[in-house]
Amino acid sequence: MQTPAPTDYVRATSVDDALAQLQKYGDEARIMAGGHSLIPMMRLRLARPEMLVDINDLDELKHIKIEGNEIVIGAMVRHREVLDSPILFEHYAAFRECEKVIADPVVRNRGTVGGSFCQADPAEDLSALGSALRGTVVIRNAQGSRTVPMREFHYGPYTTQVEDGEILTEIRIPIRPGAGSAYEKVERRIGDWAVASVGTFVVVKNGVVEDCGIGLAAVGAPHYSAPEAEAFLIGKEATEENLAQAAAIAADHCDPASDQRGPADYKKHLAKELTLRALRRSVQSSQGA
Amino acid sequence: MTAVEEVPLSAAGNPIGFGNMKRVEDQRFVRGQGNYVDDVNLPGMLHSAILRSPYAHARIKSIDTTAAEALPGVVAVITGKTLEGIPRPSLLGDNFAWMPTLSYDTQAVLATDKVRFQGQEVAYVIATDRYIAKDAVELIEVDYEALDPVMDAKKAMDAGAPVIRDDKGQTDNSITDVHGNKTWESGNAIGTAEAIEKAKNDPNCVVVTQEILYPRVHPAPMETCGAVSYLDKVTGQLTMYTTSQAPHAHRTVYAMVAGLPEHKIRIISPDIGGGFGNKVGVYPGYVLSVIGTIVTGKPVKWMEDRGENLMSTSFARDYHMTGTIAATKDGKILAVDVDVLADHGAFNGVAQPTNYPAGFFNIFSGSYDYPDAHCKVTPVYTNKAPGGVAYACSFRITEAAYVIERLVDCLAAEIEMDAADLRLKNLLRPEQFPYTSPTGWEYDSGEYEKTMRVAMEIAGYDELRKEQAEKRARGEYMGIGISFFTEGVGAGPRKDMDILGLGMADGIELRVHPTGKAVIRLSVQSQGQGHETTYAQIVAHELGIPPEDVEVVHGDTDQTPFGLGTYGSRSTPVSGAAAAVVSRKVRDRAKIVAAAALECSPDDLEWELGRWFVKGDKERGKTIQEIALLSHSSLELPEGVEGHLDATAVYNPPNLTYPYGCYICVVDVDPLTGQVKVRRFIAVDDCGTRINPMIVEGQVHGGLADGIGMALMELIAFDEDGNNLGGSFMDYLLPTAVECPDWELGETVTPSPHHPIGAKGVGESATVGSPAAVVNAVIDAISPFGVRHADMPLTPANVWRAIQGNNVRTDMAVE
Repeated sequence: MQTPAPTDYVRATSVDDALAQLQKYGDEARIMAGGHSLIPMMRLRLARPEMLVDINDLDELKHIKIEGNEIVIGAMVRHREVLDSPILFEHYAAFRECEKVIADPVVRNRGTVGGSFCQADPAEDLSALGSALRGTVVIRNAQGSRTVPMREFHYGPYTTQVEDGEILTEIRIPIRPGAGSAYEKVERRIGDWAVASVGTFVVVKNGVVEDCGIGLAAVGAPHYSAPEAEAFLIGKEATEENLAQAAAIAADHCDPASDQRGPADYKKHLAKELTLRALRRSVQSSQGA
Repeated sequence: MTAVEEVPLSAAGNPIGFGNMKRVEDQRFVRGQGNYVDDVNLPGMLHSAILRSPYAHARIKSIDTTAAEALPGVVAVITGKTLEGIPRPSLLGDNFAWMPTLSYDTQAVLATDKVRFQGQEVAYVIATDRYIAKDAVELIEVDYEALDPVMDAKKAMDAGAPVIRDDKGQTDNSITDVHGNKTWESGNAIGTAEAIEKAKNDPNCVVVTQEILYPRVHPAPMETCGAVSYLDKVTGQLTMYTTSQAPHAHRTVYAMVAGLPEHKIRIISPDIGGGFGNKVGVYPGYVLSVIGTIVTGKPVKWMEDRGENLMSTSFARDYHMTGTIAATKDGKILAVDVDVLADHGAFNGVAQPTNYPAGFFNIFSGSYDYPDAHCKVTPVYTNKAPGGVAYACSFRITEAAYVIERLVDCLAAEIEMDAADLRLKNLLRPEQFPYTSPTGWEYDSGEYEKTMRVAMEIAGYDELRKEQAEKRARGEYMGIGISFFTEGVGAGPRKDMDILGLGMADGIELRVHPTGKAVIRLSVQSQGQGHETTYAQIVAHELGIPPEDVEVVHGDTDQTPFGLGTYGSRSTPVSGAAAAVVSRKVRDRAKIVAAAALECSPDDLEWELGRWFVKGDKERGKTIQEIALLSHSSLELPEGVEGHLDATAVYNPPNLTYPYGCYICVVDVDPLTGQVKVRRFIAVDDCGTRINPMIVEGQVHGGLADGIGMALMELIAFDEDGNNLGGSFMDYLLPTAVECPDWELGETVTPSPHHPIGAKGVGESATVGSPAAVVNAVIDAISPFGVRHADMPLTPANVWRAIQGNNVRTDMAVE
């Protein structure tokens, strides 16, 4: 049995209460949502917060709803709810494809959207998809809230714009009528982090790419994104040749590191191959829309 | 399904004998009511934790335990220096800092001079709870002087390589076995070399050489290792609840290590959550819990965590093999030679019979008929965790089966012959049994071709090949892999086999109470094999009493007779035989009692299941239950015949048993990502008589999943600095249901001629046989890219690299 270092625990009753607790304990406090990254790190004593602020009771963060032309996902929404959400599936089939390959059912039952974004693991799938869809995140503190584009949210691996005393409350995803989307992932085994993964959306009108987004995880893409490849593809015909060219640009833009999941050259190759596959299927489902 | 004879059912619906029966033990397991070592809590019990080395190789300059000792709740902090100060009244060294391994080497209980692998035990904290123990571990300050580690077995014997075992006065990293040898050879060296040389010069022959790595993997049982030890100072008895696959052997080892009288030691192995060889060895943690109770006078629990289990307890494999196979161009195998470099880690702790320093690896000549085979195994020390234990490997038969089955496929590719045809051409024929192999094993029985044909039939082999050809034409890559393996299990005959001088025979006791209910006491130890069910069925089969009337007692040295435990698939071949033999002794005693009661001569009696009756007068008879009561009654028995029916037996097997099987795996490979999907897996096993086919199938299922794990994902790799890269379940990947297809099982039954019930043991067959089938299938799939071999684990990255023509060392950190 792994034994964490001494810690204390408080269960927040509202977002305001959680913020008050966070303020009280400063940088020694950590928010606990699903706990599926934090608790394992504590058990290995890689993380040793002195105070856990549990936000599992915060019903105000558990919604998936449409507001205007955005889908709003509360920070406490579990992966399992994203997987099952008809709203998300209707607008972006990629959410279901992505969630299907995130960890395993046990983790998905507990792990949360907010936790995934804030953990900011470079191999985190939902962050890649959020980046592909050019969503925004809402961060609250005692003074109020601010909205940050997903592509500015992460400073780098494991670091985000959420400061001490702040809570990520929502993810907002723009709705794009007619968009097709897809998610591709290579993993060594189900439940493992990605060797490489790619989420894309494409809006095709009259054979031309009107809009698109590409997000990549685990391959060293800054902000999980590939803006050069998107810029190349937008306005071009949705041909195999152009998709392949965009995929190559996306891969060029990546700087993966070798690890036990695979060497850098392989990951770079996967970035290209998976981008191409995701774009292909996005185009197909967009045209079908 | 199994062709079992018509077996009568008991009132509870169980077979009175062999046949499918739900496992008795599952009643508690599926309800969460098992009782594992970590469930044991004794009054006043203390907890403990081990400080482990962050370095693979470093000199210990000093250890400061002051802060740890000052932490409230800490009872004692023990270092190697403390242990050096405890004199040991035994022949195995003069203090407790070192202990013997199962291969006559020494291993540090707590490091004194140097640490020799990452995760090695450095200090031991005893505290009032396990959180405090762990907190205190963090407060111990160790001053290390880092040394260059030896992480590549291939460089261990280089001139100038750092010397790991300077404690023994060594000047290099060679390992000398108990017989004084630095290498171990088996088979016909000269004949094999000549046959290979001749083939090289013969235009009608080919010689294929392939380097094949079986990388380091870990047994990774669900329950990690642990112990609760209590030395009662009033009675002088040491009671130890521990995760042991071999309680009796462990008792003897503790008696030797701790210098305690053996009759004052009681080892209890309650429910064991998987072993796979991991719980054969004696680990420093176990010994420390004993020292802990001696020092504190209280019960002390030690339970390792997952990372400790993966990083410090017995690994498996780590064999660098170079195989050479010579054959005629039309596919007749002539000779095989295998040269092995064996990585044993920092201490030679391999668990195997004394006369077999490389285990039963020399059964590598496999299932084929050819005259010349030879192997040479050279073990070396490296700065990795020690052990080299079985991982459901039947003493290195996994490595043996893998190397021959890969070589046969390499040969098939070289001579462009179908892998099934090549095997069928060379398989041993039924009339050759009993067959003496070129390395001296006597295979007891087999009808190999029949088994292979059954597997090919289930697979639809010819259609699969047709499908493969069609798919290749459209650029899709499916592969079909075959493995035909022969195991030798049930160690073993006492004249040949012992561990630390303890012969490998198994004792057993059977008591029959006056009402005809029976208790059988085993020396072997279930870790999930279903002994509580199987052994009751053996008694039921022999005595004709319902299996639910037989209580199976195991896992307590005070309650059971001596024997060497459960590993190497030995329970059924050895202890299962003992169960049949002791039941027959009871039956023979019952015959005498029945004759007295029926007032006839025992010679006039005939046996039918559960009953002796007078020949020619079936109505006149006595059931076992009636006889049991009579044997305890005032019935007058012939002179010299004692009452009661109880009996004991010790079974010394005349030979190993030789289960075998043919496995066929079908995979689909995506060459652009390297992903492998195991689409089908056909496993036809011949393990002789099947006592409980449902349990056999369960064991095969588990072993096949193991095989997929090893072939595709499991790996303990190290980086150059000596860091273990497989120290958690995020890094050490075990297969899940998603990676496993619906297993397609088949069977043939060729009973062992020398086993009382003809059973051969099956616990490890699937683990032994399946990795080669999976790898052969993947290589078959990507052979159009010119790939003849790639090493396990065949992760997507490794498959992709093989396709690029870039085969790399899979046991090193990925660069």
